Amino acid sequence: MEIPVTALSPQDSATIIRFEGGPQFQTKMRSLGIREGKEIRLIARHPFHGPFVVMVDNRNVTVGHHMAGRIIVSKDP
Amino acid sequence: MKTIVLMGNPNVGKSVVFSRLTGAQVITSNYPGSTVDFSSGRMCIAKEVQTIVDAPGTYSLVPANSAENVAAEMFASADLVINVVDATNLERNLYLTLEMLEQKKPVIVALNMWDEAQHTGVIIDVEALSLLLHVPVVPTVALSGEGISELVSRFDDAKSPEEIRPMTEEERWVMIGTIVKSVQQITHRHHTFWDRLADASIMPLTGLPLALLVLALAFMVVRVIGETLIGYIFDPLFELWTPVVMQVSAWLGPGLLGQILVGQLFDGQIDYVQSMGLLTTGLYVPFAMVLPYIIAFYTVLAIFEDSGYLPRLATLTDNIFHKLGMHGYGIVPVCLGFGCNVPGVLATRNLETRKQRFIAATLLAMCIPCMAQTAMIFGVLGSFGMVYVALVFFSLFWVYVAGGLLLHHMIGGVSPEICLEIPPYRRPDARAVAKKTWMRVHGFLLEAIPYLFLGVFLINLLYAVGFISWLAVITAPVITGWFGLSAGSTTALLVGFLRKDLAVGMLLPLAMSPLQLVIATTLLTISFPCVGTFAVLLKELGLKGLFAAVCFMVTTAFIVGGIMRVVLLGI
Repeated sequence: MEIPVTALSPQDSATIIRFEGGPQFQTKMRSLGIREGKEIRLIARHPFHGPFVVMVDNRNVTVGHHMAGRIIVSKDP
Repeated sequence: MKTIVLMGNPNVGKSVVFSRLTGAQVITSNYPGSTVDFSSGRMCIAKEVQTIVDAPGTYSLVPANSAENVAAEMFASADLVINVVDATNLERNLYLTLEMLEQKKPVIVALNMWDEAQHTGVIIDVEALSLLLHVPVVPTVALSGEGISELVSRFDDAKSPEEIRPMTEEERWVMIGTIVKSVQQITHRHHTFWDRLADASIMPLTGLPLALLVLALAFMVVRVIGETLIGYIFDPLFELWTPVVMQVSAWLGPGLLGQILVGQLFDGQIDYVQSMGLLTTGLYVPFAMVLPYIIAFYTVLAIFEDSGYLPRLATLTDNIFHKLGMHGYGIVPVCLGFGCNVPGVLATRNLETRKQRFIAATLLAMCIPCMAQTAMIFGVLGSFGMVYVALVFFSLFWVYVAGGLLLHHMIGGVSPEICLEIPPYRRPDARAVAKKTWMRVHGFLLEAIPYLFLGVFLINLLYAVGFISWLAVITAPVITGWFGLSAGSTTALLVGFLRKDLAVGMLLPLAMSPLQLVIATTLLTISFPCVGTFAVLLKELGLKGLFAAVCFMVTTAFIVGGIMRVVLLGI
């Protein structure tokens, strides 16, 4: 099932399917290592529409709430 | 002379490689480590002097902010590029590598953090990687210096490969996939206790208390180091100096020269803070009151920067800063600004939009007292009680928040969200920390002393010609009537343009109550930036931006000063 990163709970793992957003946004995500087909794990979600910390390739990245909502993943069983 | 440019993603240890290559021969340095401004130095290879430039970290040659733009421009001007690659994160780092190989520039790759890669179970076939990239690849551990001499010896082998043609973004990622598959092996590793602690420092429930603890600890360390340096080194030195100045004073007798060199005596004694002579206050303020805290602050700041804590702090404070029209990265200019506003303003370049940079730079210049000023606030107000010092910072904090909320709504433009890599924690290297601290302290001494002397000199001159008493009379309606301060404060506010630390010291002889001093020091911070910050604001915001920022500051100072008078003085 395709869900945005914002629908994950901390420590959930998922696989990145695609991005919703312009080419600039996609390039930015990929340059930080967040790419289609990669395994992504949610490390922390900050309250009040705060940022999300995700782990890809053993590396943490902080992304804003809206950005996280535009990374579409499928949750690993 | 050739120009060698160090290029790489952020947090790959580029500055450490730079520091290794240049050794003690760094001649120019514009506040290194803040990742925005670059440092350049020289090194000698085969009896030829080369310039080495440490470009800001970037993920791509297509820039996303003005710091990355600087990196791209530096790349264009390079004769030789050293691409510093993080061996623990090969795949992502190779994107920039390929982009650079497509341009016709000689490139050599330093596969840095080689030891860390091995510890974390990442195995890379260096020879195979070199074959696939068609350029030399040298494993390095910049922190220990391992591999650096081999890197230098292979500079001549650097080349721009014919085999790599310009590609689209997608083609690059495909090629990276193929390369990584054939040269890298990763053995899986379990989460350790330290990994869990690292995670805890970034989660909201545990991270915020930890952050408060860390900041409180940092504050205490700065104070302890500063006070120790003053008590055991600088004050004893000035005790030795006193008889010399007294002798000079006796020779000169009263008169303008004695006034300028030694200044006013109180009961026949020198008062190092109030005398206002070049040899008394002019030396004591920078060396015995400010320098110790500058050393202490920059040591702690360098440890913060090198440990990788700042991006975590940025994540934890993102919520607040986003409400103020910036995002979490806004904490970095603030941290740097507490040392000196100039590098703080330069650090705003890492924010993406003009709106964000304007807000960050304006609020910084308005509400963040530099370490020189802070040391004096502690020195002058602290003697009446810490509660007064706290009042100043409490006021400044709320002005920062209110100013941010206001500017966020007043200014058009977008405030993009945070998007930041969190590097793993690293143990700061004592050598790198010492070097960075020394460069910044050196910068402080070079900048501060001339302005301080100029300030002391001008004050004496203006006193002598009666300008200061005249000024006190004409500004009295605002200074006394609206702010509730004694009329002489005007001079201090004016001197604040030259040196804020000296200006705080000038408030002391005015015999004001501690609460009046709280208002005066707060206004001194808010009302107008010092000359160095003024210049860098002009550079970063342009003439129109600077004008808008200064108008905002003066207006805010006027309003805040009036409110503080009513609240604190009750008149």
